[in-house]
Order: sequence, then structure tokens, then C-alpha cells
Amino acid sequence: MATMTMTAAKAAPTALTVALKEAGMTAFVVFMLCFLMIGFETQATQGQPLGFVTRFGAIAWGIVLVPLGRVALVLDRYGHAMPSLIGGGIAFLYLFGGAVISLAFDIPIVAYNEHIIGSDLAAAGGIPMPFGDPIVDAIFGLGALYIVVMAVLTLRRTAHGELTLEAREAKEGRSSARAKRLSLVLGPTLIVVAIIIPFTPFSDRGLIETLTLILTYVMLGWGLNIVVGLAGLLDLGYVAFYAVGAYSYAKLSLDLGLDFWASLPLAGMFAAFFGVALGFPVLRLRGDYLAIVTLGFGEMVRIILINWQVFTGGPNGISGIKKITFFGFPFERNAPEGTVTFANLFGLEFSTMHRVLFLYYVILVLALITNFFTIRLRRLPIGRAWEALREDETACRALGINPTTTKLTAFAMGAMFAGFAGSFFAVRQLFISPESFVFIESAVILAIVVLGGMGSQVGVALAAILLIGLPEVMRELSLYRMLAFGVVMVLIMLWRPKGLLAHREPTILLRRGNGRKKKAGALA
Amino acid sequence: MEYFTQQLINGLTLGSIYGLIAIGYTMVYGIIGMINFAHGDVYMIGAFQAMMVFLICGALGISWVPLQLALMLVVAVIFTAAYGWSVERIAYRPLRGSTRLAPLISAIGMSVILSNFVQLAQGPRPKPIPPVIRGGFKIMESDAGFVVQLGYLQIVIFLLTIVLMVGFAYLIAKTPLGRSQRACEQDMKMASLLGVNVDRTISQTFVMGAALAAVAGMMVTLYWGVNDFAMGFVAGIKAFTAAVLGGIGSLPGAMLGGILIGLIEAMWSAYFSTEYKDVAAFGILVLVLIFRPTGLLGRPEIEKV
Repeated sequence: MATMTMTAAKAAPTALTVALKEAGMTAFVVFMLCFLMIGFETQATQGQPLGFVTRFGAIAWGIVLVPLGRVALVLDRYGHAMPSLIGGGIAFLYLFGGAVISLAFDIPIVAYNEHIIGSDLAAAGGIPMPFGDPIVDAIFGLGALYIVVMAVLTLRRTAHGELTLEAREAKEGRSSARAKRLSLVLGPTLIVVAIIIPFTPFSDRGLIETLTLILTYVMLGWGLNIVVGLAGLLDLGYVAFYAVGAYSYAKLSLDLGLDFWASLPLAGMFAAFFGVALGFPVLRLRGDYLAIVTLGFGEMVRIILINWQVFTGGPNGISGIKKITFFGFPFERNAPEGTVTFANLFGLEFSTMHRVLFLYYVILVLALITNFFTIRLRRLPIGRAWEALREDETACRALGINPTTTKLTAFAMGAMFAGFAGSFFAVRQLFISPESFVFIESAVILAIVVLGGMGSQVGVALAAILLIGLPEVMRELSLYRMLAFGVVMVLIMLWRPKGLLAHREPTILLRRGNGRKKKAGALA
Repeated sequence: MEYFTQQLINGLTLGSIYGLIAIGYTMVYGIIGMINFAHGDVYMIGAFQAMMVFLICGALGISWVPLQLALMLVVAVIFTAAYGWSVERIAYRPLRGSTRLAPLISAIGMSVILSNFVQLAQGPRPKPIPPVIRGGFKIMESDAGFVVQLGYLQIVIFLLTIVLMVGFAYLIAKTPLGRSQRACEQDMKMASLLGVNVDRTISQTFVMGAALAAVAGMMVTLYWGVNDFAMGFVAGIKAFTAAVLGGIGSLPGAMLGGILIGLIEAMWSAYFSTEYKDVAAFGILVLVLIFRPTGLLGRPEIEKV
């Protein structure tokens, strides 16, 4: 605010001139971004050199609409929120409403530029919209919604006046405390919901499978949280340990005939061993060097999986992995002679849902074990050493903590849980290939940890629901799914840079500072 | 010997391309200390835009090769620079002064956005274009009839890289822009107190990095003749590896690292196996980092308590 009044005093630019200038700038940037990449579409036809078609209509709309949004935001900054509220509202209703109507009632959307070209005016029986694609129109509609929200916030702020610095700090403190309270309530609620959800009427196979997938990522997130959130080591190759777990189970079950329950601990051990083996030479490195080396290891494991044909099946992967059993009782309709199936054991009618539900509860229990382990570990000396190491490595060394072995245990712990999750993945999919263990998986898991608020267990679960659940629900967006995923990642980070539920503080802390001194004094 | 010379030439060509991308990583890391994960995708966009200019040239009937090359270079650089600027403005500037991981995550998000945007806008299939520059010099010929060839295109790539490196070294060492960049690298707060516009300097750094990535993209379009939306990732991590190998934050280091990675890749594919060439590159990186944790030309970090 201070800088703004200063510039206002210097040159006294009105809201209008600033808005025009920024709008011009925005229009220029939009043009630069879109002209070649959207304006021309390459077309490859068989047997002919690459050609292209032009799509200037869409760019023209982009160049008009985006700067208008910018103008609205500038007007907010100068306190004239009313026009941007009205304009944004109309744009939102039109763009988003039109897109929703089109998707809901299957009415085609006609692009304006098709009218302009005049190709077929009579046939244009749909809703006229700028881009002619419901999803792109909806994206612009969401942009309009953002403008509305910003305008409302501005109106509220002008009604209540600016916050002082102290008020803002107090508010921040309150929100941190609220995050802590929220996670205390939310955690048990989520667990209860997760346990009873299969028995609610609206659960079906699809929902349970989606939840199983989400829980797998929750477990991976909690495992990586040990490495990144507690020990502060940036691991970009976490998916390598997940792969080791998955391939361990696949090989153990196919070559040695072990069943899932016997392989699970072994897979965890192998992954932990891998963690130690990979970690040992590189854990001396700090911060980003460690990140790039772990990324390299992740890629190396994937390349080896692709090329070591004899052992891993190469790019075709391994199929026909043994199904999960209810501690030895298989989920089969027709079991071979002499074996008792799960349905026989409990006198139930055979149903394919049994296996799906059982898998769901297995991953729920595995994830909760990970969670419980992490929470307990944090209170042990090793957990405190991790947190201390995250805060200041040099000080730790001075206090006699061996950084290498401490980091190595964190690495091994995290890898072990990834190994468990990996063998669960193999037994759920019954087919694994190197395709499932690409870098973007590591990035997704890391994003879950960071978006959740590092070190916050409930936050990780929330972030997994958001990042994995939402795209699954929006399967209809198909092509736009990954784009939406990236946008959500960036937006959450911009909105809450410390994560959804941020209250990162050491589990055990020497209390200090004004507000807390009294407590310490009272204790003394 | 002849075979070796040929691999040397190929490796140097590849290395020049990696080096140009690596400079973008190393400059950004030097100034704001973050891995710009979207940089590989900016390079991919540079390659696409260069390809687009080539196609437009064909449609407009411009067939004189030097003019085609000049247009590809200039247009791709300008339009890709806009991407570099926008990525910084949207995803990184609001997070300045935040935790160290926040910009990393938004960078990964940005990388996902860019590659999927290109997939949506241009389609998922690889885009082949015909070779623009053909032919080359025969340098030597072995008794068995193996011809070592230095392609005209390879000469263009070498010359362009050398010119850009010299120009760049001058820019960093002598111009006001380079001075403010070095000031920001040393101490951002102090630089802003002394009247350096930090935000603008960082924007300029991203613009410069993206411009070099666009040149690399143009070269790769000419060299391999196939672009696809996912090409940014592998090139990006290899270039980042090159930057770390050379010592992150050091411009000559980035070029050296790029050339080394290119050579390792070419030699490994030639004498051992093509499949494991990436494993070799990462393996060497791990070895270098274990024995020289700050890279080949990096300055040792001073630990402050």
C-alpha cells in the first residue's frame, strides 16, 4: 500500500490509465504466448509433409477477454470493485453457465469465429460461445469467477478498513492454531469415514477403487513425509522404491510361489535395503544436489527395468501376478480341490466385490500403520534427531548427532513404506510395467507432501484426496485432466505456499517468545 | 580412430545443445536458488515454435535457407522468451521469500501445464519435418571405407553456440544488465537497497534463459527433425545434470557440463549400449558429486552457522 501511495503522489496516474497500460501489456503477452502455439495447428497427414491450419479466432477472443480480466483486477486495486463485480459476474454466468448447460443437456457449442467466417450460419443451432469448446469456455468462466471473488474481497476490505500489522500477525497465528485444531478433529473423522464408507448406500465398485487408489497415494505421501517432512531431505526419486516393492512381490510370487502376506515384509526389506544402498554414497550431499541425484537414481531404476529384459520383462512388464488371499483363503468362485475359499469360510455368496473391499481395507490398514509409525517415531530420539537435522545440520553435528546414519535411517524408513505400497500396487493391478514408475509419479507424491503442509499427516491425506481424487472424478475432462492437475498444483501453492494445513513446528520445542513465555514461567 | 572422431563430433553437437539449455538452469539457480523445472518444457516450446516458423516459411514460399534459419532463430527466440517471462511472473514471483519447496512444486506444476498445453494445442503425435541443411565435409576416410563427416548443420550449431557463448560472457561481464545480475546473485537484499530492480533483473534472467533454450530447441529441430510434446523432460533433466556437473551457478561450468554429458552419451552409445546411455550420464554425475560435491567449476559453498 505504501509504495502505491508513493507512486500515486509522484505521477498521479489514475486508475484508468494504469488499467489501460496493464491491459495493453497483458494483451501483448497473450498474443506472444498464443500466436504460434495456438494460432497455428500442425496437421500430419499420412504420406505428406507436415502442414498446418490457422485458428486466429480463438486468439482474438483471448486477446480481448484476458486483458478485460486484468482491467477488473486493477480496478479492484484502486477500490472500484463494483464494475469488476458486475462485469465478472455476467461473464461467469455466460461462460460457465453456457458450458454447464452444453455439457448437461448435450447442446453443441458454436464458436463465434465460425459465425464470423460465416461458414454455416443456419446450422448454428447451439449456444454461441467464444471458443466453441465447452471446457475452454468453462476455464475462462472460472477466470471470471476469480475476478468476482477478488471483487467481493475488495468490497469487504474497503468496508472493514485495512488490517494493521499486529492484527494481521494475530490473524496468521489464529489460522495456524485453527489448522492445528482442524487437523485434530479432521484426522479421526476421516478415519471413521474411511472405515464406514463401503457400508453406505452410495458406495459402488468405482468409488471403492478410486478410494483404494487415493489411499495408496496417502500411504506413499506419509512414507515420503518421513524423508521430506521430518528429515528435510528432498527426494525426487521416491518412485524407485515403490518400483522395487512392486517388482519384488511380482518376482517373489511368480518365481518362488510366495503369497502376498509372505512377500510383503520381504518387499519392504528389499526396498529399505535399496534405500540404504542408494542413500549411502549420496547422503553427504545437501539440498538440491541430493534432489538431482535422487532424481537420477529414479530414472536409472526405470531404465534398468525397461532394459533388463530377462529379469523384469522389459517394457512389457510382468503380468499374471498372483491375486491377494484372505490370509491364505483365496477369493475365487471355483477353487481347486481341497482349498477353502473366502466365501466358503464365512458362508457367503461369492462376489467379486469381496476382493475389492478386502484390498480397500488392506491399504487402509497399511496406510494407518504408516501413519501410526510416523507419529510414534517423531517422539523417539531418532525422530527428534531428524527434525533437528532438518532445522540445522551444522548444529546437529556439533551436538554429536551423526548426520549420515540419521539421514540413512530416514531414507530407509521412507523406502520401506514405499516398498509396502509398491507390493500392494502389484497385487491390486496384477500387472506392472516400467510405465507406472515414471518421474511424474515421484513429483505427484512430493506435491502431495508439500501441498498438504510438510509434516502434517492430515494435510497429506487432504492433498491426496484433492490431487488424486479430483482428476479421477473428472474423468470426463479426459485430455484436460493433466492440465487441470498442473493448474491445481500451481494454484494451491500460490494460495497457500506453506501447504493446506501448515503448522510445521518441531514436535518438541523450547518455548520462547512473548506469548509463550508465561507458560514457561508458570512451569518454572 | 575414424569412428572415434565421428563420435567426438556427434557428442560435441549434442553437448552444445545441452549446454545452451543448462545455462538457463544455472543462471536461475545462481540468482534465486531454485530448480526451474519448467525450463525443459520451455525448450520444448522453443523447438515447436521454430518448427512452426519453418512451416510458415514453407507456406509463404521463403526457400532461401539462410533467411529461413534467421527467421526461425529470431522469431522462436522472441516468442519463447515470452514464455520464460510468463512462467516466472505467474508461478515464481508470487512465491519469492516463501519456503524453499513451494517454488519447486509450482515449477513442477508449470512443467505439467506446459507439456499438456502443447499436447492439447498441437496434438500428441510426433511432428517430423524434412531436413533443412544437408551435406557436409568429409574429414577423413578409413581404409575400410568409413567416412567421417562433419555436417554443415553441425558447423552451424558449433558456430552459433560459440557466438552465443562469447556474446553471453560479454553480457554478464560488461553490461549494466550483467552487473545487476551478478549483484542479485551475491546478495539480493543489498542489491535492492543499492537501487537494482531485483524483480526486473530476475525477469530478464528468465527471458535470457528461455531465449537460449529456444536456440537449443531450434537446433534440435534441425538436427533430429522430430518434435513431440514430451521431449522437454528428458532434455531438461540431462541439461540440469550438466549444470550440476559443471558446478551450478557457473556459466562456463554449464557449457562444460553440457559438452561432457553430450560426449558421454555419444561415446557410451557408440562403444557400450544405447539403452544404458542415460544411466551412464547419471552415474558419472553421482561420481562427480561424491568426489567434488560442488561440481567441476563450482565454488565451494561456505557454511555459515
